[in-house]
Amino acid sequence: MEKTHRARRGAPLAALAAGLLIALPALAQEQFIGLPSYRVGPYAAGGSGIYGGWIDYMTLINERDGGINGVKLTWEECETEYNNARGVECYERLKGKGPTGNTTFQPLSTGITYSVLEKVAQDKIPMVTIGYGRTDAADGRVFPWVFPMISTYWSQASGMVKFIGGKVGGLEQLKGKKIVYLYHDSAFGKEGIPLMEQSAQKYGFTLKQIPVAHPGNEQQAQWLQIRQEKPDYVILWGWGVMNPTALRAAARSGYPRDRIVGGWWSGSEEDTIPAGDAAKGYISANLSGVGTGFPVIQEVQKHVYARNKGNMEDKNRVGSVYYNRGIVHGILTVEAIRTAQQKFGAGKPMTGEQVRWGFEHLNLDADHLARLGATGLLPELKVSCADHEGAGKVKFQQWDGSKWLPLTDWIEADRAQVRGLIEASAGAYAKEKGVTPRDCSKEP
Amino acid sequence: MLYREAGQFKASYQADQQIFPIRQDRVGFSLVLAFFFLLVPAVANQYWLQAILIPVLIFSLAALGLNILTGYAGQLSLGSAAFMAVGAFAAYNFMLRVPGMPFLLALVLGGLCAAAVGVAFGLPSLRIKGFYLAVATLAAQFFIIWALTKFPWFSNHSASGVISTQAVVILGYAFDTPASKYLLTLSVVALLALLAKNMVRSSTGRAWMAVRDMDVAAEVIGIRPLHAKLSAFAVSSFYCGVAGALYAYTYLGTVEPEGFNLDLSFKILFMIIIGGVGSILGAFLGAAFIVLLPIFLDNIIPQLFGGLLSSSFSSNLQLIVFGGLIIFFLIVEPHGLARLWQIGKEKLRLWPFPH
Repeated sequence: MEKTHRARRGAPLAALAAGLLIALPALAQEQFIGLPSYRVGPYAAGGSGIYGGWIDYMTLINERDGGINGVKLTWEECETEYNNARGVECYERLKGKGPTGNTTFQPLSTGITYSVLEKVAQDKIPMVTIGYGRTDAADGRVFPWVFPMISTYWSQASGMVKFIGGKVGGLEQLKGKKIVYLYHDSAFGKEGIPLMEQSAQKYGFTLKQIPVAHPGNEQQAQWLQIRQEKPDYVILWGWGVMNPTALRAAARSGYPRDRIVGGWWSGSEEDTIPAGDAAKGYISANLSGVGTGFPVIQEVQKHVYARNKGNMEDKNRVGSVYYNRGIVHGILTVEAIRTAQQKFGAGKPMTGEQVRWGFEHLNLDADHLARLGATGLLPELKVSCADHEGAGKVKFQQWDGSKWLPLTDWIEADRAQVRGLIEASAGAYAKEKGVTPRDCSKEP
Repeated sequence: MLYREAGQFKASYQADQQIFPIRQDRVGFSLVLAFFFLLVPAVANQYWLQAILIPVLIFSLAALGLNILTGYAGQLSLGSAAFMAVGAFAAYNFMLRVPGMPFLLALVLGGLCAAAVGVAFGLPSLRIKGFYLAVATLAAQFFIIWALTKFPWFSNHSASGVISTQAVVILGYAFDTPASKYLLTLSVVALLALLAKNMVRSSTGRAWMAVRDMDVAAEVIGIRPLHAKLSAFAVSSFYCGVAGALYAYTYLGTVEPEGFNLDLSFKILFMIIIGGVGSILGAFLGAAFIVLLPIFLDNIIPQLFGGLLSSSFSSNLQLIVFGGLIIFFLIVEPHGLARLWQIGKEKLRLWPFPH
């Protein structure tokens, strides 16, 4: 089916393409990865950074190692414009390509994640959502095909509470304190609320929720309210233009920036540079390390950029927050394929089903990370049948006016608390949808 | 020559008033219907059904709804996506909360809810016109999305405000394959398009057009503007609501309020402008143009230029070409693609003897 349609579409192009392609690559063993990227529109900064880093890492694997045990990685981008309908089209377009179909689908958009959530299970393509997507999908018994790896939003919220607790001298000192949760008024912004509310009860701090309507380029009223409330800390759960606006408004209303703690979608260079001096001192969470100091990034410089094969148009973005997150996407994908190959046959392209097994048995301990040259770039990670999150840790970083500086090491979320919420929410989903959760003791 | 209608006499009022008075049109249209109902589900693969045809059909229906309001009744609206959201969330809640609710009834009820909301936001149209009315409907766009996000009841208390739709089962048959979903969508769209075509030819449609052309004159000849304008809002929102419910149930499966944002409203408006304002065919052509062209460009541009362009540049180039083509078509034919078809048809009727 897929063949005929491609032939139909490609027919008028065939002659032209033949002229342009000098030599087709030899048909070696290949592993196809479809990239539903977005490089235009309001979120292009995130899309180009993350997919650029990811592509650079795959180029590194091909250039330096000759692929994964000899299996070359191939990929194709499909522009989604961060739009759900386009994302579904990309999903359908990419899923049949390559010798074993699309290996994994990682759309970097919560909306697209929801739109293909049920399709990936039917088509047997694992979906990895690092730092976004459906939080309760971390319960792998209910969502076998979805991997919200490293940290979910609830782990981030819990990590933030812990971090603020550390700042004020211990979690018990949070009693009587006041925290403002300033959020993007959308599904994304509201994700953190259940955990924040529970934590407020548990530790006895006052939680004040203040929504900002999309896109958030006008926040006078919100910051006036914050000035009246006089909170001890402000959590900034923002996205896009809302972040620099919040920092500028905070500067105008005289709220100290080092008391604002942003989420990982509020903590990139693209969020702070537009705010200028107003961003200095601002703290944000991150789920990957920043800077070019990691050996793996230097390998990329050496094997990819030195040979002019890099994907980033602006080479200075190598080592930036989004770029490094892209490297993390690459590492997790490649290591999952490698894990799958160990089980199902080294040197062979893996099917989506086999790669799903690889993701589920991914175990990146300190040694493994050191071998990859990625110590500190991502936390130690152990995924299992029940736990698709794997780590539940966040780092905090501070903006010094020109770059992000690491502020803390990995801070682990209150995993019991997060897990409780995840299981309750996933259980409700399973009930509504009539899904029987897997029995993890019977999984291979 | 092919299009000659010589010898086709209309001997009764019925023959004169039918939708396609020319035999070639009737045959051609039947062939098109047969193609889409019989051949397409048999040969098209999942990609074409799920990612191309279903969204085109759904957006055609939404554009049809907006075309009734803007094209026929002359009331500019920027709230189409919000009315789609009302339809989607209403159908979801009817299915969720009423045990044994049949899907088609939920679809109609979803449409009716959207119609009620549409009438409420159409009330300002009795006082204000043109761009001012567009701003009033813009309020609908923001208010409805805000309300759906704000009150968790609408999304059945889902933490993120996202709903995931129930299975579609009609008379015990589960519509779960792409082909069956496509046929369901196509049937609903075809039925509603037929209804719309007849509506705009009836007294209701004539009243809309009279109000559009000059509402004072329409009032003088005895058309009630209140009735005409509000009925246009109701019917238009009904169509958008049904389109929204189909969008949720047969296309995406899970929807969030933000999916129905202002961008989508503008997109639907562009569909009718490109396709042809005040034309049923235009809604379909416009939807196909706006949905398919970016996908086509995304396929063709990287293939044409291979590795010569960076991916960012090729993504931006697609937008440039897309925008350029929109301008080109509007300059070539300001009345939309449907008008091009009409001109082509008139030429064909004379061909090969233009005099």
